[in-house]
Amino acid sequence: MLKFIGRRAIFAAFTILIVSAVVFGIFSLLPFDPAALTCGQRCTDQIVEANRVRLGFDKPIYEQYWLFLSGIFLGRTYGAGSAAVGALLLWLTVGIGLGIVAAKFKNRWPDTSSSVFVLLATSLPTFVTGLALLIWVSIKWKLIPLSLQGYTSLFDNPFKFIEYFILPWITLAIAYAAIYTRFTRAALLETLGEDYIRTARAKGVGERVVFFKHTLRAVLAPLITLAGLDFAGLIGGAIITETIFNLPGLGRLTLRSVYEFDLSVVLATTILAAVVVILMNLIVDMLYAVLDPRVRIT
Amino acid sequence: MTELLRIQDLHVSFKTDDGMVRAVDGVSLTLNAGETVAIVGESGSGKTVTSLSVMGLHKKGQAQISGSISLSDHGTFKDVVSLNDDAIRDIRGRAVAMIFQDPMSSLHPYYKIGSQLAEAYLVHNPGKKKEAMARAIEMLDLVGIPEPAKRAVEFPHQFSGGMRQRVMIAMALMNSPQILIADEPTTALDVTVQAQILALLSKLKKEFNMGILLITHDLGVVAQVADRVNVMYAGRIVEEGPVDDIFYSPLAPYTLGLLKSVPRVSSKNERLKAIPGQPPSLINLPVGCPFAPRCEYKQHSSESGCNSTKPELIGTSATHRSRCHIPESLRHDLFAKELKELQS
Repeated sequence: MLKFIGRRAIFAAFTILIVSAVVFGIFSLLPFDPAALTCGQRCTDQIVEANRVRLGFDKPIYEQYWLFLSGIFLGRTYGAGSAAVGALLLWLTVGIGLGIVAAKFKNRWPDTSSSVFVLLATSLPTFVTGLALLIWVSIKWKLIPLSLQGYTSLFDNPFKFIEYFILPWITLAIAYAAIYTRFTRAALLETLGEDYIRTARAKGVGERVVFFKHTLRAVLAPLITLAGLDFAGLIGGAIITETIFNLPGLGRLTLRSVYEFDLSVVLATTILAAVVVILMNLIVDMLYAVLDPRVRIT
Repeated sequence: MTELLRIQDLHVSFKTDDGMVRAVDGVSLTLNAGETVAIVGESGSGKTVTSLSVMGLHKKGQAQISGSISLSDHGTFKDVVSLNDDAIRDIRGRAVAMIFQDPMSSLHPYYKIGSQLAEAYLVHNPGKKKEAMARAIEMLDLVGIPEPAKRAVEFPHQFSGGMRQRVMIAMALMNSPQILIADEPTTALDVTVQAQILALLSKLKKEFNMGILLITHDLGVVAQVADRVNVMYAGRIVEEGPVDDIFYSPLAPYTLGLLKSVPRVSSKNERLKAIPGQPPSLINLPVGCPFAPRCEYKQHSSESGCNSTKPELIGTSATHRSRCHIPESLRHDLFAKELKELQS
């Protein structure tokens, strides 16, 4: 088990190294002079040259890469990811919960109403749910104060933190929750037909244990895989939600930097997104090894 | 002989979009301690549905069951058909246990073998975790798993098919049931392993004086282990009797057809003698004998009953009975002659 995790971790580190080299290579080949981009229109050659030396763009490419790599580990962490993590927890709870209810009451009213939720939630685009929440909950009903600024850390004031993030969380989570409801329901119903579920019943195991232990356990592994990949995708892809709720997020930062030709920032966010995807895959693999004994071999 | 199970006039039908499927149509049979009773038939003949009814494993609301299944719960007889869910659950795994066709998919892939076995014991003896684990290892040892304590902490995927079927048998034995239902226990295994599993079942039957209800389509398996045989066709028993009678003097045309279709090494370049036609749809059964459309011996029937009435299960011997409109004496001679020709 430890050997398996160790091997996967080394593999992940190696992948990150390659990704960073490729991304760095692409950006150093682009026909832009990064030093020229650092000052405005009325720029003199002296300033450009000075900036080039100051920012280290005069050094050979491999040395620049090394500076860039060591800079990654010396940089400081950012509040980004709070929106994604909160949304992940929310959609997992709602999605799996509703999926369980729908499977348990198959073709009865709780199942039918969950289908209505699924249909609504998947067909509403993020900018509609986000704006609707903002307009109704914050502006019309004033349930949650409109927080255009005022990011508070979870550790300073958990209540404020949740108040600040709750609407983005709901916005991000709602579509995913719908998909997870459907997935959980289908997976549960399929597993209920498995031979080993019949074996459990033949042992005299009660229906509740058959459902919540034997069946749910088998559904968890594929759910975790899906959640890991969706989460990784969300880290960089929450641009619309971040813009609506004025969050200092990674997606918006990337978009703005692309518009402004701010290559260093684009480079950084691209690498960060890559790292998150790789890390999430690593975590999923590890969780999978915990959940499914069959992948543990070697 | 102690009677363990008596099924009387069992009818099971399922509602489908196309109409009612009569999967089991008036089956009666008995099972005694220390004996193996086989139910033989092709797919869709109702043999598995019959066995699942004994376990009470049909879904409520989907299956309509009538008749009675009187089952000995260590001496007290209970009618499975009329019991409520909790009472059936209490019997399952304790008074009657079942092993299934495919050992590869019948064990939960995510739980250790030992804990899956222990669960069978814990369900009926709550709280006795230590005993359950000890019993699991004891049972694994009994069914011939080497190093049972070590194997108990392994997962199903680390076992071969034959070993998994042994595990299934060990699981069935956890609560020392009197009745064991084996639904095609060797179908998914290769022939050498098949023989081992059958030998194991016979050994355990003697050791625990169990009654085994063996569901199979394999006449070789029947010949090897069964004491009495019930041949099923289209939801009904078409012939019942001691194993020797069934193999050496079959009385139902369907049984003869089955025996003739067994491939023989001695026959050279001959086509297999399959029974012509298909089993009937269980939704629209023919009015007459369900086997009549495929029967080669219809012309021997003295009356024109084959196509108009269903034959009764009758026989001149008390133990050997069959369903056919052709007079029994005629069938006896006719079928014996055919079998002799086949063997020469």
